[in-house]
Amino acid sequence: MANLSASDNYFTFFGLLPRFKLDTSVLDQAYLAIQKEVHPDRHTNGTEAEQRVAMQLATYANTAYRTLKDPIQRGLYLCQLNGVEAHLETNTAMPVQFLMKQMEWRETLDESAEDLSTLETLAAEVGQAHQNAVILLEEECEKGHYQKAIETVRGLLFIDKFATELDDAIAELA
Amino acid sequence: MALLQIAEPGMALAPHERKISIGIDLGTTNSLVAIVKDALPKVLADINGKELFPSVIRYLPDGRTQGGYDALEHVIDDPKNTIVSVKRFMGRGLSDVSHMESSPYEFIDEPGMVKLRTVAGDKTPVEVSAEILARLRQLAEDSVQDEIVGAVITVPAYFDDAQRQATKDAAQLAGLKVLRLLNEPTAAAIAYGLDNASEGIYAVYDLGGGTFDISILRMSKGVFEVLSTGGDSALGGDDFDQCLYSWVLEQVKLSPLAPQDQRALLLAAKQTKEQLSLAPLANVHLTLSTGAVVHLEVSQTQFFEITQSLVSKTMTSVRKALRDAHLQTQDVKGVVMVGGATRMPHVQAAVAELFAKQPLNNLDPDQVVALGAAMQADLLAGNQSKNNEWLLLDVIPLSLGLETMGGLVEKIIPRNTPIPVAQAQEFTTFKDGQTGLSLHVVQGERELVDACRSLARFELKGIPPMVAGAARIRVTFQVDADGLLSVHAIEESSSVQTSIEIKPSYGLSDSDITRMLQDGFASAKEDMQARSLREEQVEAERLIEAVGAALEQDGYLLTDIERALIRKEMAQLHNLVQTEQDSSIVRKAVEKAAKTTDHFAEKRMNASIQKALTGKNVAEI
Repeated sequence: MANLSASDNYFTFFGLLPRFKLDTSVLDQAYLAIQKEVHPDRHTNGTEAEQRVAMQLATYANTAYRTLKDPIQRGLYLCQLNGVEAHLETNTAMPVQFLMKQMEWRETLDESAEDLSTLETLAAEVGQAHQNAVILLEEECEKGHYQKAIETVRGLLFIDKFATELDDAIAELA
Repeated sequence: MALLQIAEPGMALAPHERKISIGIDLGTTNSLVAIVKDALPKVLADINGKELFPSVIRYLPDGRTQGGYDALEHVIDDPKNTIVSVKRFMGRGLSDVSHMESSPYEFIDEPGMVKLRTVAGDKTPVEVSAEILARLRQLAEDSVQDEIVGAVITVPAYFDDAQRQATKDAAQLAGLKVLRLLNEPTAAAIAYGLDNASEGIYAVYDLGGGTFDISILRMSKGVFEVLSTGGDSALGGDDFDQCLYSWVLEQVKLSPLAPQDQRALLLAAKQTKEQLSLAPLANVHLTLSTGAVVHLEVSQTQFFEITQSLVSKTMTSVRKALRDAHLQTQDVKGVVMVGGATRMPHVQAAVAELFAKQPLNNLDPDQVVALGAAMQADLLAGNQSKNNEWLLLDVIPLSLGLETMGGLVEKIIPRNTPIPVAQAQEFTTFKDGQTGLSLHVVQGERELVDACRSLARFELKGIPPMVAGAARIRVTFQVDADGLLSVHAIEESSSVQTSIEIKPSYGLSDSDITRMLQDGFASAKEDMQARSLREEQVEAERLIEAVGAALEQDGYLLTDIERALIRKEMAQLHNLVQTEQDSSIVRKAVEKAAKTTDHFAEKRMNASIQKALTGKNVAEI
């Protein structure tokens, strides 16, 4: 990897403060400004070293951008920066209430797989839950409560996975 | 002829020499080559004034080949040795080949890729494609009367890694330096977008002879950003011919046809299809080698009915691409139509209906991809001024995954991720003293390994023996800007990092390519040795020139000693290149000299990032 000491995390790489609240248009502009400099297409006539560094930095820029653009990944990354790991593979415990809601959603999806209007109502509900959780995540991060924030992130990952399945089911019918 | 440029003694070539690079649309049915001349992209014509080069190669018993129109004349009388639509076999195994029953070829099953048996021996699709590319290169060289420094070659956006690699191998075999593999719809978007100064979300619907792509892009001033892509790398105009062919067989109840009759009927079906784009009725009329006469009238309505399922298939891909981009049809400002098969009225109608707007047909659907490729080639060769440069951000079309226990796939890089991209994964050993590990990389969206395309099996060898679970093997999957995958592995737990040897299970190795070149390939008739020496000399000149320009611009980033060291290396390389005749010595010298610039390259790139973010020149800070 190229020397990135000047920018030791994704936020500073784009010249941003390491916080959850973020102006996505500023992120977009910073991303494009950097890609205009480092993208391999800009260095096809450069030395081999230059081409290699260009690919590494363009790769890094893409990863950093994808991470910060998505609120769930941004929250996860911010928690990690603050020393709180998610342990997604081993830690699967979730509050009972949350699990009940998930089961209820799954039941609706299974039972109404052919019913477009029910699925669309469900999609609206899931979308709202997603939005609420992101708002909560932002509050927790802003207050520096990263232990709570990581729980919210784990919940969001569940919601997101379900939303994708639901979306696929709706697409099948449409 | 280009004007002679005279450089000062001891100086490299003048840096502002215009470099001629070409854009190639390597199509299933036809191929085209284009260049940018006087700031305008232009498709090159052959000596007969023809711009479309039929993607057909015929093998003769003495090993010679015919290509393009010369070969096309023999599709019916010499079907086995006259290879058409070879693009469909690129990077494909025998089990992937569709319509085999109506193909006149003798296929040979080989691991990785099929071969075709011809009178001149067994040929891989890569070799056949290389014959096409070599002819296009020749056409361009004859036309511009100059050396071609490189080429942008287009591939269907939905091509997987094996198909892309096969295309790149074919170019290498044809003696072309690939500046970039460019996705066809993206190339079309460049040609369209720059021509019309487009801003906003656009879709490119590209139905070619054998492949279908849909790409959704965001265009803004100087940036082409692909948001999602989808398609089918085995669906194109050819399949519409096949449908009509099968329908005719059913109507006239013919017994199995001889190879030349298969070809003749397929050709008749193709012509009928084309007529039906212009008229409500057309006739299939054909006398077979048996003397039997096929005569049948087909109406537009009938043809549309027979092929509607193919059109619907493309529409399913379009909807999926929109969903992947999180967009609705009304968000799309315009739909650019690309590929000869989009001339069919029911295709136009289906697109118009879905998007509720008339598709954009103002660029020639046969030429638009080659024109965009030529523009990108011109950009990559460094002929555009800094203010005119545009940025292209493309994505990987299909997810990359690894086989896990039970034949399941774990996705490591999801589809539509912007490239270049890298993902690292850690592995460990499960037995004491285990020194090897095998990885199976697949590409596709399904959860079962068998339903995805197997790209490569990698063998990791040379892991230091340790107790089970102690090894930390970090495997990095890197997809470059061509959409090609490479895999690196390192053992991290031992105090010394061990690089681990990785061998893909198939694909052409460099030695395969060398052998093919030595086998008297069309592009390689000139002296191999002289050619490779010339290539290394060009490489050395390129390095000296690039480093010189970099020092001029950003030399202040280095200390006096660092600068002096680099200058000394470059001077030594310059002297060596003047006299050395052994290409391998030149190559080693280039590698050594290049190594001394690693540190400088990193400093420059970091400085340019800082500058981009602050909008200031680093020297001013």
